[in-house]
Amino acid sequence: MHRPAAHWGRPIGGGPVGPVSLTAMRGITSWGAYLPYRRLDRSQISAFIGQGGGRGTRTVASFDEDTTTMGVEAARLALRASDPSKETGPDSLIFGTALPSYADRSNATAIHAALRLAPGVPAFDMGSSVGSATAALRLGLTGGGSQLVVLSDMRTGLAGSADEAAGGDAAAAFLFGEGDAVVAEYLGSAGFTEEFLDRWRTPGEIRSKVWDDKFSEVTYVKAGRAAYASALAAAGLEASQVDLVAVAAPTARIGSALAGKLGGTKVVDDLTATVGATGAAQPGLVLANALEQAEPGQVIALVVCADGAEVMFLRATGAIATFSPARSIQTQLASGAALAYGRFLSWRGMINIDPPRRPEPARPSGTAAARSGDWKFGFVGSRDTTDGMVFMPPSRVSFDGTRTDEMEPAPMADVVGTIATFTVDRLAYSPSPPIVFAVVDFDGGGRLPIELTDTDADEVAIGGRVEMTFRRLFTADGIHNYFWKGKLIRG
Amino acid sequence: MASHGIRDRVAIVGMGCTPFIENWGKGLDDLMIDAANDAYASAGVSKDDIDAYWFGTAQSAMSGIPLARALQLQNKPVTRVENYCATGSEALRQAAYAVASGAYDLVMVVGAEKVKDTGYQGLNAFPIANDGTARTLTAAAMFSMIVPAYGHKFGVDDDTMRSVLTHIAAKNHYNGARNSRAQFRKEISAEQIEKAPKMAGTLGVFDCAGVADGSAAAIVCRAEDAHKYTDKPIYVKALSFVAGNGSGLIDPAYDYTTFPEIAACAVDAYAQAGVTNAREQVAMAEVHDCFTPTELVLMEDLQFSERGTAWQDVLDGLFDLGGELPVNPDGGLKSFGHPVGASGLRMMFEAFLQLRGEAPEERTISSLAAGRKLALTHNLGGYPGEMVSFISLLGAELD
Repeated sequence: MHRPAAHWGRPIGGGPVGPVSLTAMRGITSWGAYLPYRRLDRSQISAFIGQGGGRGTRTVASFDEDTTTMGVEAARLALRASDPSKETGPDSLIFGTALPSYADRSNATAIHAALRLAPGVPAFDMGSSVGSATAALRLGLTGGGSQLVVLSDMRTGLAGSADEAAGGDAAAAFLFGEGDAVVAEYLGSAGFTEEFLDRWRTPGEIRSKVWDDKFSEVTYVKAGRAAYASALAAAGLEASQVDLVAVAAPTARIGSALAGKLGGTKVVDDLTATVGATGAAQPGLVLANALEQAEPGQVIALVVCADGAEVMFLRATGAIATFSPARSIQTQLASGAALAYGRFLSWRGMINIDPPRRPEPARPSGTAAARSGDWKFGFVGSRDTTDGMVFMPPSRVSFDGTRTDEMEPAPMADVVGTIATFTVDRLAYSPSPPIVFAVVDFDGGGRLPIELTDTDADEVAIGGRVEMTFRRLFTADGIHNYFWKGKLIRG
Repeated sequence: MASHGIRDRVAIVGMGCTPFIENWGKGLDDLMIDAANDAYASAGVSKDDIDAYWFGTAQSAMSGIPLARALQLQNKPVTRVENYCATGSEALRQAAYAVASGAYDLVMVVGAEKVKDTGYQGLNAFPIANDGTARTLTAAAMFSMIVPAYGHKFGVDDDTMRSVLTHIAAKNHYNGARNSRAQFRKEISAEQIEKAPKMAGTLGVFDCAGVADGSAAAIVCRAEDAHKYTDKPIYVKALSFVAGNGSGLIDPAYDYTTFPEIAACAVDAYAQAGVTNAREQVAMAEVHDCFTPTELVLMEDLQFSERGTAWQDVLDGLFDLGGELPVNPDGGLKSFGHPVGASGLRMMFEAFLQLRGEAPEERTISSLAAGRKLALTHNLGGYPGEMVSFISLLGAELD
């Protein structure tokens, strides 16, 4: 939504942005937040290398996760929670991350494929800074139609660094639209752009560097307060009308310094003590955390500190009372499992662990992957229209060999199953051996022998229940090999 | 559907087999030359007497040329054969059919694999371009899934299952200790077997076949010509092959306690040979003991034991060297390792020796003297749920 500049002097353009129209309520219709399963206790860091660390935990993306796969998981949760009677599904997808898995080609298209969105639904990437990725939220709030916005990030840093300990990995996804499905109505927003040296990295480096963090704090508090005041005016609100303030900032200290000066009734937990500062995902995560506790009618402020500040106001509608997240943040916080720091370092490529003496996998074929895209990315098998037999991967020919091309698609990504038998492979190549592997029989038909992830060898048992998750199996020749794995259903 | 077989129409009149070891000093050509020369000598023929060649190798070479070049064959047809771990057996099957058809009078089969030039442990299939969704589990892990499934289905507790698998490993190493061509020539105690490091599931090092380089060769002619070459020809009674359709991987009815491809292959092979009671009629079997639970299940799929009872027959010693139906009297894959293209012919080499009464005394089986007449070789490739199966039945007498 662009407005003509009010005048031609400096500064040019910008200014607060109000709702699109007074009659058509626009806002968030569904959301999903995704926290990876593994947690690093920060006290392990200094115990291991004699520096860094701190209190609390941070989330850690598994060795087979990246910002794209976590984005898929968050988007699946958002779509699962949406009300199909009110929501027809997104007509555009925007993916924001500060750590894209590919450059020069899209990452959003892999999410698009995993979600099985129609080819007519465009998929765009936003990045490569936290602030730019986060702008996807503002585009969703101020845009038109049904938009799916996915934010995902992994925060990296050298061993013992502040970023390593304070950062976290997460993703959040939001569906934006109009009408009865809206659970949080958009009220208005404003930004305050500031060119200053807070943190930086040249592309390809594994860590950012930071300037004096006191300078960052002062600058962000100034930018945040200015944007907040402008956004209040744009939304037609008084500061006293704001019920929940959610702040996403590069560090917990900057966030709390700013939050204390905004005058909202309640500051929402920014999750930095348990999840960490999650970069481009954090605005989505703190907004989701606010939405999960919002009562109908409450006003929510989302404040984002990144190269200046961005403030968005929303009001929870009556529909939020009946909205149920597919998997709440609190549920996911309660179900994580500890990860040893040494294993964390190997997952992040900071130390190299001796691999099994087996050949590393060859790169997947781009053309073969293109032909089998619905299987590889969408986890769609085939179902025999005569006898109902499910084939994974899909087959053209019936089980008895008598009929050809009498199949219908069998989407299996959201079907759960039961472990028929299992093993633990200590020989096979894996980026993080050993491989836990199970033969899974899916509810309603279909069997697949498949690797389990987020599952320890001593947890697997015949009869265990399994759900599917989108993962990056390995990377070869720079090609990320995305496919699905099983994981134990928890909680 | 017909499977007529070629019972008593073709004979093996000469064989050769190299030692199966990690042969750092010999390449594929050396191994093939050694095995071929042994076979020529065994049949008393010269290179020029052979009309055509079949060359089985899974991934050490491509085309017929490597064999033609190594042996310096002069304008001979050489067919390269590959069919997973049953490659060597499949090469002999194709050669036997060519002889039975009348196309050739005398042919040679050479199976060879140079495994230990990769620098990796274990067997590694070379990559074929794919979409990246195929599982990458090792064979050990795939076969390890039999253990809990079999125990669960037939009510065999974990300790007893362990004793059964240990008995199989110890038996094959006992036999291999008596074979100069075997890679591992020591008896292994139950304690050593059970304390070995785990590889996959509950399988330890001694539950897994080794890896080796090796080559074996056979010379085949029509049965009526056999006595031109030897007084002790070995007649082909049955050659059966089944390529699975992978149904076990997708069919929830498959329970990992049987290999349906092998059960079907056995029915066909016994029909070809006129066997009505395998447990009573088969004198010895060389089977594909890639992992100890594989051999256990094979005893049932090959109809040596009723379903759910092979574990008891194993513990009772039925398949021991001195048992009624010795299995892997040469030591099996456990003692030899598995040069893929050669293993099926190595199995036939043991049948050839035992049926001709040429096995060394310390591992001569007694079942032949007791009146049984048939030797069985069984060779598989792939994994539970998705495998190829080969079975041959051989005998020293025409029916």
